[in-house]
Amino acid sequence: MSRYLTRRLLIAIPSLLGISVVLFTVLALAPGDPFEELATNPNVPPEVRANLRAKFGLDDPIYLRYFHWLLAMVRGDWGFSFASRVDVDTLILQRLPTTLFVIGSSQILALAVALPVGIYAATRPYSVFDQIANTLTFVGFSLPTFFTGLLFILVFSIQLDWLPFVYRADISATGWQWFWEHFKQSIMPIAVLGLFQGASWTRYVRAAVLDVIRLDHVTTARAKGLSEHVVVLKHVVRNALIPVVTLVALQMPAVFGGAIVTEQIFRIPGIGSLLIASILTNDTPVVMAVTFVFACLVIAFNLVADLLYGWLDPRISYR
Amino acid sequence: MAGSTLASPTASVPIAAVRARPFSPGREAWRRFRRHRLALASVVILALMVLMVVLGPLVWRVPINDIDFTARLSPPSWRHPFGTDDLGQDLLARMLYGGRISLAVGLAAMVVAICVGVLIGAIAGISRGSVDAGLMWLTDLFLSLPPLPVLLLVIYLFRDQLKDVFGPEVGVFILIVVVIGGFRWMPVARLVRAQFFSLREKEFVEAARALGASTSRQVARHILPNALGPVIVAGTIDVAAAIIAESTLSFLGLGFPPDIPTWGRLLYDAKDYLDFAPHWALFPGAAIFLAVLTINFIGDGLRDALDPRKVL
Repeated sequence: MSRYLTRRLLIAIPSLLGISVVLFTVLALAPGDPFEELATNPNVPPEVRANLRAKFGLDDPIYLRYFHWLLAMVRGDWGFSFASRVDVDTLILQRLPTTLFVIGSSQILALAVALPVGIYAATRPYSVFDQIANTLTFVGFSLPTFFTGLLFILVFSIQLDWLPFVYRADISATGWQWFWEHFKQSIMPIAVLGLFQGASWTRYVRAAVLDVIRLDHVTTARAKGLSEHVVVLKHVVRNALIPVVTLVALQMPAVFGGAIVTEQIFRIPGIGSLLIASILTNDTPVVMAVTFVFACLVIAFNLVADLLYGWLDPRISYR
Repeated sequence: MAGSTLASPTASVPIAAVRARPFSPGREAWRRFRRHRLALASVVILALMVLMVVLGPLVWRVPINDIDFTARLSPPSWRHPFGTDDLGQDLLARMLYGGRISLAVGLAAMVVAICVGVLIGAIAGISRGSVDAGLMWLTDLFLSLPPLPVLLLVIYLFRDQLKDVFGPEVGVFILIVVVIGGFRWMPVARLVRAQFFSLREKEFVEAARALGASTSRQVARHILPNALGPVIVAGTIDVAAAIIAESTLSFLGLGFPPDIPTWGRLLYDAKDYLDFAPHWALFPGAAIFLAVLTINFIGDGLRDALDPRKVL
């Protein structure tokens, strides 16, 4: 197990390096100066600016700048936010838990929808339930998250006045009251993200189960006289989940896209809304760091998917 | 694969339907596509939407930036069928104009994605060894980049310069199309490569090779046309994804400038007025939803019609 994990971690390093090269190239190719704010500030005399540029190594050749930047990132020195005058890493660490909470719970919700619906639909192909589920999944993943978010606010906050539409990190209540308020404000963002993901996963689950359900080993299991739910859960679903895990891992980058939109709609103080805010205020260090954190999160989730894959399919076992 | 269940009932072709008279591949595909009712209905609806945005501004001659403060935020009426926004501008006219841009971005980004994807997939699929491995490493790298944050980063860094060179409208259009297309080619490349791997060993390609056809002729005349089925399906779905991507950018306020009312931009402007002018958000949102839904259904129908995996 630990050897498998180490091997996967070692494979993740080149992708991380590749991503850092891509991000740095984008930044380096970009016309204009990342220190523009400093350059246009009339209070900074030209010689101070030149000294600063020399100190930060902005006039070095590009590969040297890349290595400096990479070294600084690895050492945890992520720079200083122009807009809020705080270190970038403290800023991100403040907001990361909220994002992870929203994304994590929405993934659980998506699984809770996709697995039962997909499996039930596949065990009764072309039935009324299957057709309704199929059409609904199409509707589900054709509704963009920003529109569902607005619709939810319109119905549940404005018309019915049940749920708050602004997510607050600083709820003053304590105990059960805090928990209840927190639960109420999390429902809509999690539902928006989770239902969107759930819709496309339902299709994957259904297709994967359909591929497995008529195979010979399932017939054998039935012939042995096992009950139907044992056949479905132990012999069909476990095998069907293997390709589903791959597809879910491939979807991970899109999930973070959805999270940015949701955080923006419900004003959740996570790193997605931080990214938008720092883009609007030209806060280059924060923009770079948040993008890099998103890329790291994608790779981390892929790693989790790989471990799950090893658990589901003993054939590839932890070598 | 004996005993497998097809993903959709329309994909199966009853034996009785196969007549002695041979169908051309195109007619055969059309016959299978027709069996997918929702896809057929989607073609009609999407065609109507396209007609409306193309010809609509010629019929509905209200200027998109005609400010009228007496009719601020008015709900739908005969004078303004879709209501007005906070400056009293007619929403129907704005949606018809913005729809052109939204749909055009979707199509153009799809073309970019397909071109890059087919090119990379074909090169990787026909060459073996290090070229293939290198290109696939690149594909995997792009697949693990989170598209929306990187999209935002690129637009943030390059927007002003392109605006200076091409003007605000064309510059942002080119940027958005290239960037969205540039992050959607990977699935196409993988599909094409997989198709090439199986097709290049087929007898008819071997026959062409035996007749002395050059590699480029084998690819262009024999392999590529046979690999296009899944690519067309992927391309259709890509149009929907690109429309969503463009709307998302505009919705975050980082897409087209405010004077170009794409559907996502209209939603962005409308979101602060949800409580007194819900119509302002509902119409563009419904338009995006309808366009994406119909395109996805058409893609599903095309998959039944074209995907060789499903053909009996």
